[in-house]
Formats: sequence, C-alpha cells, structure tokens
Amino acid sequence: MTNILTIYRKELNSYFNSPIAYMVMALFGLLAGYFFYVYVAIFVDRSSQSQMMGGQSFPMDVNEWVIRQLLSNLSVIGLFMIPMLTMRLFAEEKRSGTIELLTTSPVRDMEIILGKWLAALTLYASVLAISGFSVGTLFLYGNPDVAPILTGYLGLLLQGGSLLAIGTFISTLTRNQIIAAFATFAVSLLLWVLDWVSAYETAAWAKVIGYMSVITHFEPFAKGVIDSKDVIFYLSLIFFGLFMTARSMESLRWRA
Amino acid sequence: MIKVEGLSKRYARNVAVDNVSFEVQKGQIVGFLGPNGAGKTTTMRILTCFLPPTAGTANVAGYDVMRQPMEVKRRIGYLPETPPLYPDMEVGEYLEFVGRLKGISRSDLPRRVSDVAERCAVADVRKKLIHKLSKGYRQRVGLAQAIIHNPDVLILDEPTSGLDPKQITETRALIKSLAGDHTIILSTHILPEVDFICEQVVIISKGKIVATDSVHNLTNRLRGAESITIGVEPRGAATLDAAFVQQRLEQVSGVSRVLPRESRDRRLMFDLESLQGRSIRGDVARAVVESGWDLTELRPVALSLEEVFLQLTGTEQAHD
Repeated sequence: MTNILTIYRKELNSYFNSPIAYMVMALFGLLAGYFFYVYVAIFVDRSSQSQMMGGQSFPMDVNEWVIRQLLSNLSVIGLFMIPMLTMRLFAEEKRSGTIELLTTSPVRDMEIILGKWLAALTLYASVLAISGFSVGTLFLYGNPDVAPILTGYLGLLLQGGSLLAIGTFISTLTRNQIIAAFATFAVSLLLWVLDWVSAYETAAWAKVIGYMSVITHFEPFAKGVIDSKDVIFYLSLIFFGLFMTARSMESLRWRA
Repeated sequence: MIKVEGLSKRYARNVAVDNVSFEVQKGQIVGFLGPNGAGKTTTMRILTCFLPPTAGTANVAGYDVMRQPMEVKRRIGYLPETPPLYPDMEVGEYLEFVGRLKGISRSDLPRRVSDVAERCAVADVRKKLIHKLSKGYRQRVGLAQAIIHNPDVLILDEPTSGLDPKQITETRALIKSLAGDHTIILSTHILPEVDFICEQVVIISKGKIVATDSVHNLTNRLRGAESITIGVEPRGAATLDAAFVQQRLEQVSGVSRVLPRESRDRRLMFDLESLQGRSIRGDVARAVVESGWDLTELRPVALSLEEVFLQLTGTEQAHD
C-alpha cells in the first residue's frame, strides 16, 4: 500500500511538474465550456419557443437537454484526452532507463501499475471536475435533478478508468510516447464505434461485438441509471487492462 | 555474499552469458572487466533481478534471485550504466522518492537523504532540477540513489563512464570509501580502474569468464617470463655506442630480447625480456659491470593489466 502511494505521488507530481496537466486541464475547460454554452443557448432558445406556443410543444428538461448532452460530449473529449495521460506512464520509464530503478526496487509490479493508473485516473477526475463548475451554475438558475448528474460523472469515471487501463497497457509496449498515444487513441476509438455493427446486423456475433462497445455502457449512466451489467463491464475492462499491463511488464524482463 | 553458479542467459540468436560461475566475499570490491558487449551488464541485470537467467543460479546476500527476488532487491543497490534519474525532479525530491521505494521508514528518511547527499557530495544541489545537473553530478546522484538504503551489496555498471578525469578520480575515491560496509561489484572496460579500485577481478569475454583472481596474482600468474628495464652509462668521459651495448646484452645467457628505448643524456635505456622461467637480473648486472660500464638503473616491469587482458581475451578469440 505504501509502495502504491509512493508511485502514485511521484506520477502525480510529474504530471504537475510538466506542462501536461495544465495543458490538458486548460483545453478541456475550454471545450467543456464551449459545449456547455451551446447546449444552454439551445435550451434557452427552445424554451422561449415553447413558451410562445403556450408550453404545449414538449416538456423542457434541463437534465435531458443540457446535462445529458454535455456528459456525452465529455466522454468523447475523454477519448482524445486519455492517450495523452497514459502515453508516458511506461514508455518514458523505458526510454530513460528508470524502469530499471523501479523493477530492481523491492516493489511488486502490480504496485507500480496501480500507482501509475491511479495517478492518471486522479488527473482525469480533476479534469472532469472542471466541467462541474459549469454544471453547478445550472443550480443557480434552475433546479436540475442531482442523481443523473452524479451517475453521469460516475459513468465518465468508469469509462475513463477502462480506457486509462488500456492506455497504461499500451504504454508498456513501446519506448516511443507518440506511438503509445496514437495506438491508445486507435484502440479507444475502435472500442467506441464497435456498436455501429449493430446498426445493420442483428446476428448474435454483432450483439456480442456491440456489447463490447464502451459507449453502449455509458448511455444508461448519462440517463441516471446504474445497471450492474454496465458497472461490471467497466470493472472487468479495467481489470483486463491492468492484468495485461502486468503480463507485459513481466515479459519485458524475458525479452529485454 | 554473492555466489553465482553455471549462470547462462540466451536470447533467440545469441548467448549473452555462458555458464558463468564466481563468488564474492563480504566486503570485497570486485571488478568485472571485459570489452563492450562481453556480458557484464547482462550478468549484473541478473544479479539485480532485472532479468531472469536462462540457466544456473545466483545467490545474493543469502537469497536466490529467482525464488526470493523481493529479499534480494531489499539488499542491493544498483547503478545502471545510465543513472536512472527523473529529469523533472529536484535532487532531494528524487532521493526521497528512491528512499521510500526502497522501504526506508518515514522517520529515517530525512536523515538518510542528507547522509547520502553529504557522502556523494550532492548536498549543494539538493534543490536543483536533475536535468540541469552536469554529468558528474548526475553520476553522483545515481550513486547516492544506490546506497540510500545502506544495501549489503552494491552493483555498479560502468560507474565512471563519460566523466572527465577529475570526476573519475573523485568517483573512484568515493567507491573505494564505500568498501568494507558494502560488497561491491563494478563493471568497467577501463583497466586502470580495476587496478585502482578492486581487490579481485573477473575477466569476462564473449559471455564467458576467462580469468578470476586477485589483481596481484593475475599479473604474476601470466608473467612467465621476466621483463626488466635497465639504464647503462659509460664510466668517465667516454661515450657509448648503443648498438654495441645491445649486442653485449644479447649475449647474456637467458636473455631472449633486447629493445633499445629512448636514451637520456648519456644514459642508454633498454627493455630486456628473459626466456620463459629464467631470472636474468643478476647476469645482466654482472655483464654490464664487467664490460666497464655503470649500471644506473634496473627495475622489473610488471605486466600491466592491459597486457594480461589482451593476452586472455586474445587467446580466447584464437579458439573461435
């Protein structure tokens, strides 16, 4: 436990000692702010139209029209952001040779991996928290449901955690951060669009493939539903990613 | 303290370490000597549990590297060829991180960090970022990192490579000062280094150990023939013909070779080699004096480690 914490603190420090953390936070804040502004503007426009028609047209719901849309967009931004958070985790240690320090210290591989993954997850969570300011302002002018907001963020965290675990794994495969980042992006994107097959195909294989898509499992969270099958899906993806990382670290020694 | 038996490391296409066995006693400094690519780093990586061996066993500080790696890792300090530094960290911060990683308790940590910073002469740069340090400082921070948890065994891979002469001298002195408390293995391809620091030397070439002995014994063992340098001066105001003197020396029984060297003023210098197993010093001295010259210098030439090394690795190559 102490070892995990040691690695975790070192990783978090290195995010904040380099421009990575600040750049990601600033640009994410900009994008999230823009999306939020657009959805609020659309919502205001629609609600004034709805008022003109005597409130007959459709039910106006902040959660449905602003928050859910925003959360979906944040999960897409995550897709672009996550490779930048994980690319250096192991690739950098391999390139600079510091991996030799870690693996010859009395620390278990899994402790190194968990420390690194948790640090990346923490940065991801703090980046998400920035969008919380925008969401918070909604409470000043209306009264949206709190539950779907919380489940939505939980979903973002689980989804981010899964992709971060996969990114961590990919980072152990190379010494080159750009390769790590691009491969992570490609795999994440693929996991994203896997459900597209279910748009034209209804056979069992298509259902299985569609089930593996990370977006399919995010939708319920955005709607305020916590389904155990979605939680289990993300947790097993996290477990799978970290397990593969451990195997890969072990094989580094046999191949190195 | 270290016991290696039949250690091998094979890769798909080549053998990096081939059936290596050696032992190191507690408190000794052992030099691993060999050309680049001889298998020094691979052997060290196996001892530090970074690489698993293909065959054989290695026991470090009483624990097996394969079966009890955690126990081994707790007791070793390792400085790889490139010091494992994080450029974005401050020196003090880095040493604290390594200290925690090595399992030093929170209460001991500040004291250990200042101790090693002092000992490795990096105390004055504790607040500096590592990427701003000179090569010499980096190497010393690397060394500080290796000894922070006061390990029983210290493994140093080319600790002086890439340093300037002054830094090399300082680093060597530092390593020497660490002996006694620690058992040290260091690798190098620089011969004088072994001569200067180590008591014991393991010469390794193409993955095989070609010799292992004390530095002193090794030079003696390989020196079957005697080689000496002498200085000859004429008596009084006479002058000497170098060719004539050389001829006279060649006639001395037991002398196999006479090589004239640069002469100083009136003194003629020669390198003499004896036939295998013959002692020639007495005969040479007598011959010079009997010819009416003065013998102003006579000293044995110890075979340098360099020659020993070439002799050993050279014969090895001849067998291929």
